[in-house]
Amino acid sequence: MARLDLKAVLLASALAMLGAAVNAEERYGIGRAATPAEIAGWNIDIGRDGANLPPGSGSVARGRVVFSEQCASCHGESGQGGVGDRLAGGQGTLASPKPIRTVGSYWPYAPTLFDYIRRAMPQNAPQSLDNADVYAVSAYILSLNGIVPENAVLDATSLAAIRMPNRDGFISDPRPDVHNH
Amino acid sequence: MSEQTTDKRVRAASRRHFLQAGAALASGSAMAGFAGTNALAVSDSNLPPSVPEWMKAPGDPTGSQPYGAPSVHEQGVVRNISKTLPQYVSAASRTPLQELDGIITPNGLFYERHHGGVPTIDPAEHRLMLHGMVDRPLVFTIEDIRRFPSQSRIHFIECSGNPVYTKPYGKTASDLVGLVSCAEWTGVPLKTVLDEAGLQAGARWIVAEGADAAALTRSIPIEKCLDDAMLVYSQNGERLRPQQGYPLRLLLPGFEGNMNVKWLRRLKVTAEPAYSREETAKYTDPMPDGTSREFTFIMEAKSIITRPSGGQKLIARGFHQITGLAWSGHGTIKRVEVSVDGGAGWQAAELQEPVLTRALPRFRLPWHWDGRPAMIQSRAIDETGYIQPTLAELVAVRGLNSFYHNNAIWPWRIDANGEVSNGQA
Repeated sequence: MARLDLKAVLLASALAMLGAAVNAEERYGIGRAATPAEIAGWNIDIGRDGANLPPGSGSVARGRVVFSEQCASCHGESGQGGVGDRLAGGQGTLASPKPIRTVGSYWPYAPTLFDYIRRAMPQNAPQSLDNADVYAVSAYILSLNGIVPENAVLDATSLAAIRMPNRDGFISDPRPDVHNH
Repeated sequence: MSEQTTDKRVRAASRRHFLQAGAALASGSAMAGFAGTNALAVSDSNLPPSVPEWMKAPGDPTGSQPYGAPSVHEQGVVRNISKTLPQYVSAASRTPLQELDGIITPNGLFYERHHGGVPTIDPAEHRLMLHGMVDRPLVFTIEDIRRFPSQSRIHFIECSGNPVYTKPYGKTASDLVGLVSCAEWTGVPLKTVLDEAGLQAGARWIVAEGADAAALTRSIPIEKCLDDAMLVYSQNGERLRPQQGYPLRLLLPGFEGNMNVKWLRRLKVTAEPAYSREETAKYTDPMPDGTSREFTFIMEAKSIITRPSGGQKLIARGFHQITGLAWSGHGTIKRVEVSVDGGAGWQAAELQEPVLTRALPRFRLPWHWDGRPAMIQSRAIDETGYIQPTLAELVAVRGLNSFYHNNAIWPWRIDANGEVSNGQA
């Protein structure tokens, strides 16, 4: 039995090697390895749970200053009334005939705010704010929505710990939903 | 020669033509209408029995347009973009569907939806990074991507908000559903490139990111990535236009437009979606009860009559061909039915062969207009048996604020003068 087992193992291992060789041949050998530094530089995604949030922190007070300088011309001083998306208010309106979708009323995850501000805002100079100011602007927008207090200072841990009001407001796609057959 | 130089020459050439054409030039979009309602005074000196002036002297030299442009008499056939948008960085322009024939959208008229403007990318300095849950994280140049075995396929891309559910409804087919276009795309199956990196166990999603100022990010289910997804570098035979993602874009046949990430720079293989802003705060579909549908990827079956359609005019009683476009993100269009009596009766239209999956097949139906007011409309049925619904049927389920994925039947009203207008307006 032992000898049989050994044979089986050898055969399996030979097959595995053969398989690996075939796989290697199936690859085209196109492209080069991405280095960890290259990946770290480009991988700016923040998970909904706060994964990949960088070190640093920012206060509501600092955020008010940065927002006034960088964001208010499109979004209004208090996060509404400009040509940009409305950022504040609207809680309790989603089931009404005129729903108002803002960060406070609609966004399900607070870390997404950091992700989006850092990657895309301000629109005329994306990826120009440092991480501390991205935390600060996130804190200010959340304070405009009554989600964090005026004296809040946000960092990776505290931003990830926030539970947004519309956290459970999303359902999976049920279509086809119109029964007209 | 740089593209800019070419562009300048074409513009200069166009301008010369424009000046030469003088008063004969007018809005092509008005002239090109179904009715041919040409309000311009046309000289008869070029008509029989006279010899037309363009036969009495040589024409423009060969090669006077290194990159050819449409006739000066078609300069009104352009993308349809509102002149009153608050800003044009995150905005859309529409294909003039009612001006076009066949199933392919010319590259210069392909609809646009940008979230951070149109970047000018030097392909030599562009890279695609593939990382995350793969055995071998890789970086590719555009030349690398072009070395892989290529494929060409014809598919539509449609913006998910085409149109919204609320008034004011548009006047023309372009106003209504001009955020759909169709092209032949050339590139490499995404699966081929993923195999090169080796997917790890537990890989369920791929997060795609564009190299635009929005760094637009969407999460794609791995099943789609391993099925018919492509990395695309050419469109209708030439390299992608900047507006369509030059030098590299993702193509996800049948999925909502914004997921077909343009200017693609990064693919991250993950176990979970990114829950990016574009798939939570935007591109989620609000329902009357206050909840919203997320990850509503597929564009359901839809059709539109493009001739006769809103803004056009039937100039005579008698024969008119009704024609339009149909499409489904679920696969092949099996049938298009047309009603010319306000939805009471329906008859099958002829579908242009070959009817390609997730493309924009054209349908045609001969019709005799008796000169009386009429309401005409089309409905598409796809390979799943799904029947394009009415607006009322959609609104009954989704309300008026769902914003995305309105695939309603759209009727056109024809009055006794032959004027065509929006039947829902």
